Amino acid sequence: MPYLEHILTLAGIYAILGMSLNLLVGYTGLLSVSHAAFNGVGAYVVAILLTQAGWSFFPAVLVAILLSMAVALLIGLVLGKFRDDYYALASLGFGVIAVAVFRNWSSLTRGPLGIPGIPRPEIFGFTFSSNLSFLIFTVVATVLVYLLCRFIIRSSFGRVLQAIRDDELATQVFGYNSYYFKLTIFVISAGLAAIAGGLLASYLTYIDPGTFVLLDAIFIIAAIILGGLANLNGSVLGAIILILLPEALRFVGFPSEVAAQMRQFVFGLMLVLLMLYRPQGLVGKYKL
Amino acid sequence: MNALEVKNLVKRFDGVHAVDHLSLAIEQGRVTAFVGPNGSGKTTLMHLLSGVFAFDGGQVSIDNVALSNIAPNDIATLGITRTFQSVRLFNQMSVLDNILVVLTERGVWASLFERHTQFHLEKAKEVLEFVGLWDKRAENVDGLSYGQRKLLEIARVLTMNSQIILLDEPFAGLFPEVVKKVRGAVLHLREQGKTVVLIEHNMQLIRELADHVYVLDSGKLLAEGKPEHVLSERKVIEAYLGE
Repeated sequence: MPYLEHILTLAGIYAILGMSLNLLVGYTGLLSVSHAAFNGVGAYVVAILLTQAGWSFFPAVLVAILLSMAVALLIGLVLGKFRDDYYALASLGFGVIAVAVFRNWSSLTRGPLGIPGIPRPEIFGFTFSSNLSFLIFTVVATVLVYLLCRFIIRSSFGRVLQAIRDDELATQVFGYNSYYFKLTIFVISAGLAAIAGGLLASYLTYIDPGTFVLLDAIFIIAAIILGGLANLNGSVLGAIILILLPEALRFVGFPSEVAAQMRQFVFGLMLVLLMLYRPQGLVGKYKL
Repeated sequence: MNALEVKNLVKRFDGVHAVDHLSLAIEQGRVTAFVGPNGSGKTTLMHLLSGVFAFDGGQVSIDNVALSNIAPNDIATLGITRTFQSVRLFNQMSVLDNILVVLTERGVWASLFERHTQFHLEKAKEVLEFVGLWDKRAENVDGLSYGQRKLLEIARVLTMNSQIILLDEPFAGLFPEVVKKVRGAVLHLREQGKTVVLIEHNMQLIRELADHVYVLDSGKLLAEGKPEHVLSERKVIEAYLGE
């Protein structure tokens, strides 16, 4: 049971990350590879404020959201000039820089040593110390983020994002300043990624720069493509599958000496087959 | 009265003049057609008027306001809307959403807190019924035929209710039945007193719809006037046929 709680908590955190990234990739057509970095900004801000400044979780998460959004605003001013492959490359550049900062600003982040002893959230004297209580806490946060994302995509703003995704020039000639729309959704998305980062830091009680590298960014992209682009349910589904599947493959019965490699092989093969036969993902509406 | 004036407009690509010191005026409330062989600068001119390309020289005046350059997202506030030679729709959205995009708020924050209303739906219904696509409203655009896509682009233009409408080859590649519908839309715009700028190769349609014709060749003005006169001029025929 604690094992299942652990897996589901991680799935919830990655569902938040997935939904926030889907706003960018699925709904706006911006292939951002910088999401792990914003997740990292959120995680580090929460970890530092909790362990070094003695803050409690909720104000720390609020600061993490605001700081992540501020960073996204600065990055987004530049990224907004790019499209397609160039956008992905430029966002990758930010991801690389962010990890370098986490690794080298040792006086603040403790560098490769990471930050241990991050406390769990506490509200009205109750600490979410057990895995079950943290799972419930994560589910509540996931539902809130889901509702916020749904509010965004069901608005006229959300429709404009999809129009930009399909044809930016055509959107512009109908009077929309696409640059501001892209910048706004980038900033919102970064804020949501910081929530996931805060949850992750507090749940794991330890973070280091290795948690937010390129591989993590690709994992989040894989999750939303697998579940389905431009579909919030797809983001949640993709996160659950990507977290659960490697665990489920543990029980297939591969010989112990090759089990780990076989799990990765089957997992990779399934992703390739999915892209071949259902490129829009399991419940997606948009093809890259 | 002129809705739009172009003075000494220049656009170069790698030193080649696509639009070469062009000056002309487009009268308000009339259908003005641009004809000319491929590469004569018609579409480039339309891109310059709609901010897709930046000018290399000259200016454009809209309602007597002189502009030395135009941004694509400014043309709506200048009262201009357009279609494209290759249809540009929001392909992975529904037919209805393609219209609703045009109807709703332009500002980031205003649009974030806006939901489409019954008013928006009724406006969308009106225009989609006009072009015969209301029954297709829930379908994704990428499933529409070429003619239906052209009609949807026209519907989007009608929804904008702009004063100046630029139509880049709206009849190209259409079956006669669809041509009839697009022709009806152009006539509808003219009846409403809109200024229509039309690029077209079908001379019969030009004669029928246009009040005034400009003939371009190599980015320069070759001839202008009433369609029945201009289209029978020898130099115009030569420019088209290369004789």
